[in-house]
Amino acid sequence: MDQVTESKVIGVATPRIDGPLKVSGSAMYASDHHFPGLLYAWPVCATISNGTIAHLDTAGAEKMPGVVAVYHRENIGKLYRVPPSTGFTLILDEKRPPLEDDTIRYYGQYVAVAVAQTVEQARAAAESVKVTYNKEKPDTGEKLLGTPLTTDKPDEKSKRGDTAAALQAAKVKVDAVYRIPVETHNPIELHASVAVFDGKKYTLYETSQAVVNHRDVMAQMLGVPTEQVQVITRFLGSGFGGKLWPWPHGLLAAACARNLGRPVKLVVSRQMMFESVGHRPAIDQRIQLAADADGKLTAVQQDYVNHTSMLDDYNEGCGEITPFLYSTPNLLVTGGLVRRNVGNPTAMRGPGAVPGLFALESAMDELAIALKMDPVQLRLKNEPALDESLNIPFSSRHMKECLTVGSEKFGWAKRTPEIGSMKRDGLTLGWGMAACSWLAARIETEATVELLQDGSARVACGTQDIGGGTYTVMAQVVSHETGIPVNRVDVVLGDSSLPPGPISGGSWVTASMTPAVLAASQNAGKALVLAAIKSDGSPFKGKKPEDLELVDGTVRLKGQQQGAVPMAEILRIAKVNSVSGTGKSDSTFGAAKPKVSFHSYGAQFAEVTWQPEIARLRVSRVVTVIDAGRILNPRPARNQIEGAVVMGVGMALFEETMYDPRSGAPINNNLADYVVAVNADTPEIDVTFLDYPDYQLNALGARGVGEIGLAGIASAITNAVYHATGVRVRDLPVRIEDLLVPANRTTHLA
Amino acid sequence: MELFELVTAQTIPEAVKAQAKSSTAQNGAEVRFIAGGTNLIDYMKLNVERPNRLVDINGLPLDQIEKTADGGLKIGALARNADVAQDATVKEQYAVLSQALLAGASPQLRNMATTGGNLLQKTRCVYYRDTATGCNKREPGSGCSAIGGYNRMLAILGTSEHCIATNPSDQNVALMALDAVVHIEGVKGQRAVPVAEFYVVPGATPQRETVLEPGDLVTHITLPKMPAGAKSVYLKLRDRASYEFALASAAIVIKQDASGKIEFIRVAMGGVGTKPWRSLEAEKALLGRAASSATFRTAAEAALHGAKPQSQNGFKVELAKRCLTHAMGQASQSA
Ligand SMILES: Cc1cc2nc3c(=O)[nH]c(=O)nc-3n(C[C@H](O)[C@H](O)[C@H](O)COP(=O)(O)OP(=O)(O)OC[C@H]3O[C@@H](n4cnc5c(N)ncnc54)[C@H](O)[C@@H]3O)c2cc1C
Ligand code: SF4
Repeated sequence: MDQVTESKVIGVATPRIDGPLKVSGSAMYASDHHFPGLLYAWPVCATISNGTIAHLDTAGAEKMPGVVAVYHRENIGKLYRVPPSTGFTLILDEKRPPLEDDTIRYYGQYVAVAVAQTVEQARAAAESVKVTYNKEKPDTGEKLLGTPLTTDKPDEKSKRGDTAAALQAAKVKVDAVYRIPVETHNPIELHASVAVFDGKKYTLYETSQAVVNHRDVMAQMLGVPTEQVQVITRFLGSGFGGKLWPWPHGLLAAACARNLGRPVKLVVSRQMMFESVGHRPAIDQRIQLAADADGKLTAVQQDYVNHTSMLDDYNEGCGEITPFLYSTPNLLVTGGLVRRNVGNPTAMRGPGAVPGLFALESAMDELAIALKMDPVQLRLKNEPALDESLNIPFSSRHMKECLTVGSEKFGWAKRTPEIGSMKRDGLTLGWGMAACSWLAARIETEATVELLQDGSARVACGTQDIGGGTYTVMAQVVSHETGIPVNRVDVVLGDSSLPPGPISGGSWVTASMTPAVLAASQNAGKALVLAAIKSDGSPFKGKKPEDLELVDGTVRLKGQQQGAVPMAEILRIAKVNSVSGTGKSDSTFGAAKPKVSFHSYGAQFAEVTWQPEIARLRVSRVVTVIDAGRILNPRPARNQIEGAVVMGVGMALFEETMYDPRSGAPINNNLADYVVAVNADTPEIDVTFLDYPDYQLNALGARGVGEIGLAGIASAITNAVYHATGVRVRDLPVRIEDLLVPANRTTHLA
Repeated sequence: MELFELVTAQTIPEAVKAQAKSSTAQNGAEVRFIAGGTNLIDYMKLNVERPNRLVDINGLPLDQIEKTADGGLKIGALARNADVAQDATVKEQYAVLSQALLAGASPQLRNMATTGGNLLQKTRCVYYRDTATGCNKREPGSGCSAIGGYNRMLAILGTSEHCIATNPSDQNVALMALDAVVHIEGVKGQRAVPVAEFYVVPGATPQRETVLEPGDLVTHITLPKMPAGAKSVYLKLRDRASYEFALASAAIVIKQDASGKIEFIRVAMGGVGTKPWRSLEAEKALLGRAASSATFRTAAEAALHGAKPQSQNGFKVELAKRCLTHAMGQASQSA
């Protein structure tokens, strides 16, 4: 398709078309759905993390007021397993159907579910189910590197040159271990399922970032054809990856609805959110860097290990970015898994890249210090000419410009490298920076566009808007192609019965949806032109399709403004309510032999303030420059980066799920004890998009911005912390106790 | 949550009578007063508090803030934290209380939370809130899961082998530094208890936290007149900038003479003690001395002298010292 260089709507800051629905409270989220005869389900959660159920007594609970049923292994009915997934189908992280056996492998695992007339009755009944356990000592051990892996040896993920030799010969070296604790997804909207079963078909209102996959998984696990399952997620109160794949509660809700023949609502509590709907795993990473005296990298090695659950293998993929970010002749990335008594980990915003870059970019900072070199210069010095991991060109990479523009916006030139040397208003300042990157891709997508007689358009695609602005961007793309104003485009998504669309993950919805929606719009336009040349009474009757063009919502003779007829008028003349077109997008993701390397890039600069006299550290300023192709809608795009920066403050300074080693319980399982950044922690945030279209990805040159904003921020902050305090924190989050160094510590050269 | 009955008290004696049916006024009470409900309801939802009767006291005429004849201030038990924090007299003469309240919770919570409820809020120990774990405070004799467990937030002063939970309140730390008096109406009539004697350390009975007996209703607190020219400051240290309980906090009331010598001093700490912690040791190290950062640091060292850190909260010793030293400095310099 032709490259689009100019547009009246693409790249124009456009308010969200779904904004009014959200601020008025009329947007229907999954748990807002209500039906006559609706029942409520509340799961019973294991209070051990390793062992077996000795006895489960539901008799008391069953007799409680309002209780309709209590299900457990023996009476839940048939639930099936999914076959191994290939590509983007039938994906779920926890593959064991709920209640399948009596073995408990993580704290909070569902052992039963109570169903009652009200949610209070269901909860009270669930709490009255008496469960005794044969308890065994759980393993939630935090140390991962050096503990037994699931495989004989770590997997080789990427390799070139002779890394061992280069490390040995190195003039300057960094060798350190970086740790990330378990982080829990805490979107404000809890996971929820409202399951309706009419005796044949399931309609499931879900909190899903992937309705089509969700339908396929549920159909398989419920043992019915896919046509008998419909999954609907009109709005999502975010998910951060935690809602990508189905979790056991959804299946419980569907099974209860099936067994009782009545609609069932199950809303996962905040506490359960810490147990059974995924988390970013704990990760240990050893990074070794070698450079020659002038800062040219000679070797990079990354060995990571992440924890996974007892039954399933979740690989965090921390080496995602390392192989192509910098130029180095020698490189080795390995990865391994260790089993712990934890719920299954899952993707969290920027999986792999975010933790991987925390380690790599921290190590780069340490290397810059060892070299007595400016950290920005070190990165500029190691800019690669091509993707050295695959020996292919980059589709569009402006990392150097991210670094230089960021430096300028931040005022980096004024930085003095000595620890604690910068002051403002009695505060010690720390300045740190990091580079970041995230993949760009298209995945298979279909869309339909309909042009209607009332002058509006309707676009439909089985994707989701998780709050990122997909509704609006889809409307913009249709508007761009048809000339119909954005506010007259009706966007329909979040329904598995629509043409299959992309999962809301990987930051690829925009890039994937664009070609499909453009093509669908064009095909609808072609149908309209046919109507114009064939219909009686049309001024264009008898013309050839190539004589006509569609401009600004009108049909006209090529190049002639005069005589243009509005599309809607043509439809009236043709006596049809609408014309439609479909469009498809193919996939670049996981291509066996890619010809170009598609990625987004960025640079993040952070300022912290430090008051040693009260051990108070705050992030005061963050500058982010992003090269993510053409930005289709700067408003939600900026919003994504700003949100990611705030999330990054939490990742760097606060977030950590703690497991009690004795019970294996995630013990800080609420929003008071699991500390996330609040408004008062939000720094001044400056966001710049370079806005270079990546036309090899799609005609609009759009990539995506959902995840990259989180990819450098944690290391930018810990690098700043080092600059302010002289304390190198390699084990997130940075805690007050890490920084309680003597207040009168003598300043030394960085 | 258990089923409970809700009754509304029309008069103070009615409220007292209703609660007196409970076997205790401490952990495990079968009858509870409900004021703002911001603490009680949370714990009821978690089955930690399981009263079978709630006595709503919000209709009682106990929400006034008034000056007393002797130049002090009387704050009704139902005066909301937000109103107390913004009260002109409190801001002017008892700044430490206003600052402490504003450092706590969130605006929405402060609008609901009451003076009496804050005085009696429960610990935030994660095991106390989790009925799947042992906790001597919640269930006497079931053991203390925090010892050897997750105890980063918990106490280093006043602990016992049975409980190491902190009193999490900010307000109560300020009240300690202000020599507040708690006024109680009970089955045997009215009595006044200095706040310093209101709380008890856990010892072997961590389920017991105050001197309250069945039927006891806190009606108000009084604050004595401050020495003319005294300054006060509240400083709270925590991980994030807002909406979190203190890792360490300090409430300081100080008065210096013309030469800078300390004539009057009150030092209290939050986030480190099993009760709001007043440090007589620190006060002794300061009284009569010239204010200086060295003196402040010495006093802070004295305040933490008996500290007993647990597996995760050793840093609180140094953090509390810095908190005290800095707060004393701020108070002595505040105009
Ligand atoms: C998310 C969150 C964050 C918070 N952060 C902070 C913080 O940073 N700092 C801080 O100090 N606090 C904080 N709090 C706690 C808050 O201050 C308390 O919840 C509040 O002060 C309790 O007051 P209330 O009126 O709602 O009490 P209620 O919940 O109504 O009652 C609490 C207890 O006091 C008893 N009671 C109430 N009134 C009387 C009376 N007159 N006589 C006898 N007994 C009585 C009740 O029976 C009950 O046992 C936070 C709370 C929440 C939920
Ligand atoms: S510290 Fe106190 S409240 Fe916490 S578990 Fe131990 S006994 Fe319970």
